[in-house]
Parts: sequence; structure tokens; C-alpha cells
Amino acid sequence: MASNDSDRPAETGPIPSAIKILVAGGFGAGKTTMVGSVSEISPLSTEELMTEASLGVDDLDGVEEKTTTTVALDFGRITISAELVLYLFGTPGQQRFWFMWDELALGSLGAVVLADTRRLDTCFPSVDFFERRGIPFIVAVNCFDGAYRYEPEEVREALSIADGIPIVLCDARVRDSSKEVLITLVQHVVATMAVVG
Amino acid sequence: MPDEYASGPAPEEAGPLVRPYVMTWGRQRSDTVQLDMISVVIAARADVDEMSLEPEQVDILSLCHRPLSVAEVSAHLDIPVAVVKVLLSDLIGRGYVLARAPYTTESPVSRDILQAVLDGIQRL
Repeated sequence: MASNDSDRPAETGPIPSAIKILVAGGFGAGKTTMVGSVSEISPLSTEELMTEASLGVDDLDGVEEKTTTTVALDFGRITISAELVLYLFGTPGQQRFWFMWDELALGSLGAVVLADTRRLDTCFPSVDFFERRGIPFIVAVNCFDGAYRYEPEEVREALSIADGIPIVLCDARVRDSSKEVLITLVQHVVATMAVVG
Repeated sequence: MPDEYASGPAPEEAGPLVRPYVMTWGRQRSDTVQLDMISVVIAARADVDEMSLEPEQVDILSLCHRPLSVAEVSAHLDIPVAVVKVLLSDLIGRGYVLARAPYTTESPVSRDILQAVLDGIQRL
């Protein structure tokens, strides 16, 4: 049986190991935007544009400006070092794609739940998913222009987020803002590990 | 040309309905190597007998001169992840490709790794 961790000849150099962070959230919350703002490559995708028929299935109230969406996976890449690569996966928000979540969630470092202030309730399923599987996550409130801005504590109350879980405001289009979100997540993961072990 | 021909799917658009199973000889999953979506793969050898490979496997080998994740291979070649895994598994079994498993729950992330990730994000 072939080994998953193959022995490698010296001439090929080190094969980096990969780690992943998930960016979850409701339909049109800005997941791909956030991935793209920090990725060193243009986000890659196995995406398909949704057809008119499937647009009728999804609830688009409040997101009139978005006429198409991705139904598969968008992901970006951040090379940490020669030995380590970080992948950021935007996870499909619609319930009918949840079959994809389990493989994605397996072994992930943690998750950002991106909340859309126009439809806060759409990130309930993501919060629930990560809570149930014990995957560390934070909530990032994507402040779209013109959208009502909640205070983090209002979001915590509305979504019943436990006190220890960070909630931050962000603009997913801005690299520095998305960077702060990721840093907050990784620091939260460190803190979670300290509590557990 | 009648409209139904003009508006019908081009052959290459209809192709993927059949091609994945042709590409993988009817196999849907690998029995030999468990690859993750973010397993990192790299071409291992220069002496490749291309005639013995599927065209898609030759494409994979030329793409993997640098380390890439399974997901990246899938996206670049526009081949479903599940199919890429089977094609790669065969290449690994034949020694053409090396793979490295990702960090998973079975290999808990160390504090050093977390610090490296933090530093890497801060450098962006």
C-alpha cells in the first residue's frame, strides 16, 4: 500500500504540508470576497453559476444586487513558508450543499462565520454546524456600504453566540480588514487549545 | 442549421457527463491512497512513459512540477476533485507523484504551526 506521506527524494525539495481555514456564512455574505482579499492567487473555483431555476429556490430577499452565485467551492492560498501552505475555503452556504461540509470541516484549523447584516439569520446554520462539531470559530460581521451596522454585542445577542467567541466587524473587500479577522481566529484557536489542554 | 442544433450543448460541454468515469476506468474511489482536498502533490520523476497514462494524468504531471493541492489541480484542469483523486492515486502508486498529507485532527496542530500561521498572515 502506498503511503500518504511518501518518502521524497532530496532533489524535489520539501513538499509543503497544508492546513485550511473555512470561511462560512449565508448566501451572498461575501465569503469569496474575503478569500480573494487575502489570497496570493486569484480565488480558484470548481464553481458553476447558478441558473435561473435555482435562483428561484434560494431566498434572495435583501440581496437584490447579487444575481448569480457560486454553488461549489472557492478557495485561496497563502504560502506561510516552504513547509506550510494555508488554504482558505469559502464554504457553500445553502443547505443543499451541506454534504460538502464534512470533508471540508475535517481537520480544519478553524472557521470564520461571515455575517451579513442585512440577513443575520442566514449564518445560524454555519454557527450551529461548527458548534456541533467543536470546530473553533469566530463571527465576522461584514459591513456592506449602506447596510445597518450592528454593534458586535447586538450580533452576539441576536445569534446567541457564547461569550468566549470573538465577534468582529470587518469589510471583506479590504485586505487589512480580512487579515485582522484571520488573526483574531488563529488567536482564538490558540486560546481554545490553552483551555482544552 | 436548425435552431435545436445551434442551441444544443457543444460536444465538449456534454463531455463531462461521461468523461470522469472513462478517465478513471469506472473506478470512483481509490483503494490505495487516501487523498484529502488539500493533500499536496508534486511530480516525482522526469522519466515518464506518457503512452501508459491517461491524457489527464499527463496534464497533472506537467502541472505538478511545483507543489499543488488536490483542489488546485482540480480547479486548474477543470476536473472534479473526486476524479482528480483517482487519477493522482494511480500516479502515486506508479511512483510518478509524491503526496503529503495535510494537518488533520489525527495530527493535531502544534503551537509552533499556529504561530507560523499567525506570522504568515501578518506578513501579507
